[in-house]
Amino acid sequence: MTSTATRPAASGPADRPSPERQPRVISFSHRVSKWDLKFSPYLYISPFFIVFAIVGLFPIAYTAVISFQNWDLVRNSGEFVGFDQYIWILQNPQFWTALRNTFSIFLLSTVPQLILAVFIAAMLDRNIRSKTFWRMGVLLPYVMAPVAVALIFSNMFGDNHGLVNNILTDIGLQPIPWHKDPFWSHVAIATMVNFRWTGYNALILLAAMQAIPRDYYEAATVDGAGAFRQFTAITVPSLRPTLIFVIITSTIGGLQIFDEPRMYDNTGEGGAAQQWLTITLFLYNIGWREWNFGRAAALAWILFLIILVIGLISLAVTRRLVRDEGGRGVTAPRRKGFRR
Amino acid sequence: MSTTPPIAMVEQTVATAGIAEGRGRNRTTKIRGHRAGFWVYIGLGVVIVSAVFPYYWSFLIGSGDSTTINDPNMSWIPGGNFIANALSVVNDPAVNFWPALWNSIYSSTLIAAAVVVTSTLAGWAFAKLRFRGSKALLIFVVATMAVPMQLGVVPLYILFADLGWTGQIGAIIIPALTSAFGVFWMTQYLQQSVPDELIEAARVDGASMMRTFWVVGVTAARPAAAMLFLFTFVGAWNNFFWPFIVLDRQSPTLPVALSLLQSNYFVDYSIVLAGVLLSTIPLLILFAFAGKQLVSGIMAGAVKG
Repeated sequence: MTSTATRPAASGPADRPSPERQPRVISFSHRVSKWDLKFSPYLYISPFFIVFAIVGLFPIAYTAVISFQNWDLVRNSGEFVGFDQYIWILQNPQFWTALRNTFSIFLLSTVPQLILAVFIAAMLDRNIRSKTFWRMGVLLPYVMAPVAVALIFSNMFGDNHGLVNNILTDIGLQPIPWHKDPFWSHVAIATMVNFRWTGYNALILLAAMQAIPRDYYEAATVDGAGAFRQFTAITVPSLRPTLIFVIITSTIGGLQIFDEPRMYDNTGEGGAAQQWLTITLFLYNIGWREWNFGRAAALAWILFLIILVIGLISLAVTRRLVRDEGGRGVTAPRRKGFRR
Repeated sequence: MSTTPPIAMVEQTVATAGIAEGRGRNRTTKIRGHRAGFWVYIGLGVVIVSAVFPYYWSFLIGSGDSTTINDPNMSWIPGGNFIANALSVVNDPAVNFWPALWNSIYSSTLIAAAVVVTSTLAGWAFAKLRFRGSKALLIFVVATMAVPMQLGVVPLYILFADLGWTGQIGAIIIPALTSAFGVFWMTQYLQQSVPDELIEAARVDGASMMRTFWVVGVTAARPAAAMLFLFTFVGAWNNFFWPFIVLDRQSPTLPVALSLLQSNYFVDYSIVLAGVLLSTIPLLILFAFAGKQLVSGIMAGAVKG
C-alpha cells in the first residue's frame, strides 16, 4: 500500500545512504508510513479549522474591533471611539427594557418547559405500548420552523379575534391583552418556545431516566417507598447531570431569542412600547434598521457576556437545587446543541 | 492485492459490531414496573393533542377565507379553500415561493453534507489519531459551542456586502459549512464505536492512514453521520436570523419567505397559515420517514459520553 503515499519524506534528516538494499527499502516505506502517521491528523482536521477560522473566529474578533469604532457604511471603515458604543448601549433605556423582556421570556419558557419535560419523560419511561409512536408524537413540534410556529401562535393569541380570547369570552372571562401588556406578550412568546422544545427535552431526559439502574427502584420498593417518593428520591437526583446540561443549552438558546418576537406582529419591531423587544431583536433594529454597525457589534459582545454570566449562574443554581445523591453510575450528559 | 481480504474482514467486523451493539441496547432497555395505567395514556394523549393542535389550527384557518378568523362561530371542520389559499401563496410575486423552496432544499442539503464531511474527518482525527495539541484543540472546539451566532453577524455582513454576495444563497451556505457540535458529536461516537485494535490491525496489514480512515472510520461512522446529517438539515432548514439579515425577497429561503407573508399591511391569515402549512410539508415528509432516527438521535446524544 506504500504506493498510495506519493511524496516520500525526501527532506527528512534520516536520508542517510545505506549500503544494503534490503534494509533501505524497509526504511523507505517505513519513513513514508511515519510521515503519513505524523501529518495525516492535521490533514483531517484542516478542512474544519480553515473554514472555522474564516467564518467563525475572524468575525468574532472583528466584532470586537468594530465595537470600538464608529462604523461608516459608505466608506466601509470605522474610526476609533473607545468605549463610546458600549456606553451608548448601556445608557439606552431600550436596552434595559430588552434585557428585562429577554429574561422574562427566558424564565417563562425555561422553568415550565423543564417541569413539563420531566413529567412527560416520566410518562414515556413507563411500560407503555407502541413506544415509538408516543416518542415521535412528542417530537412532532420540533420539525416546524420557529417562524411558522410564531405565525400560528400569534394568530391564536390575537387580541380581538384570537382563539384563546374567544374561548376566554365564551366561558365568561375577560379577554387578555396579549399584545398590549408586556407580561402577557411574554407568556405568548414563551408558549411558542415551549411548544417547540418541550418534547425534545423530554426525550433527552427520557434517555437519562432509562440509564438509571432498576435495582434502585426495587430496593426502594422493598423499603416501602411509594411511586412519588421514588420519583423525588431516585429519579430527579439521578437526572442531575442531564438537567444541568438541558438548562445550560436552554439558557444559551433562550437568551438569543429572535424568531418568535420578530414574528409576533406584522411590524416586527418588538411592540409599540417595546413590550416584547428582546436583545437580539434590538441588535437587529440597531444594525439593520438604523444601520449602525458599531453599536450593533458592541451589543453583540454585551449579549455574549450576559450569556456567559447567566450560564455560569444557572450552572451553580442547578447544582445547588438538585441534590447530588452520590455516584449513581449515571453517565454524564453530553452537549447537544441544535438549538437556535 | 494481498491486503484486500483482511481489510474486507475489518469492514465487516465494524459493520456487524455496530448492528449487534444497537440490537443489544434495545434488548436490555429497562422496562419499569407493570403495564402503564390508564392515566399515563390520558396524560400522553393530552401531550400529543397539544403537539398536533397548532398544525390542525393552521389547516382550519388556512382552508377558510379571510373572514374565517373573525367568525366567532367558526366551524371546527376545515373549509374547502386550502388549495386556493396555497395557490395564492405560490403565485404571490412578493413571496417568491418556488425559488424559496429550491433555496431551502439546496442550501440545507449542501450544508448538511459539508458538515458531515468536515465533522467526520476532524472527529476521526480527534477520536483515534494521536497528534500534538489534539486535546487543547478539542477543548477549544467544545468551548466555541457557547458562542452565539450574533457575535459574528456584523463582520460577516460587511464581508459578504464587500463581495457583493448579499441576497445570494451562498452567503448562508458558506458560514454554515462547519459545525463545532458536529465535530464533537463524531469524536464522541468514533471514540466509543471503534476499538483501537481494529485500527492497529489495519495498519499492520499495511493500510495507509487514508485507507484506514476510509475502511474503518467511515464504515463505523455511518449511523452517527446519518443522524448528524438529519439534525443539521432540520436546523439549516429552520434557520432564520442570519438568512433574514443577508437574503432579500428576490431569493429567500422558506422561513424568510414566510416572514414576508406577514409583513403586508393587511394580513389575510387564511393565506398566511396556508403558507405556513405549505412550507412545513417538506419537513413533515422528512419526519414521516426519519422521525424514528431523530428520536433515537436525541436519546443517544443524551446518554452517551
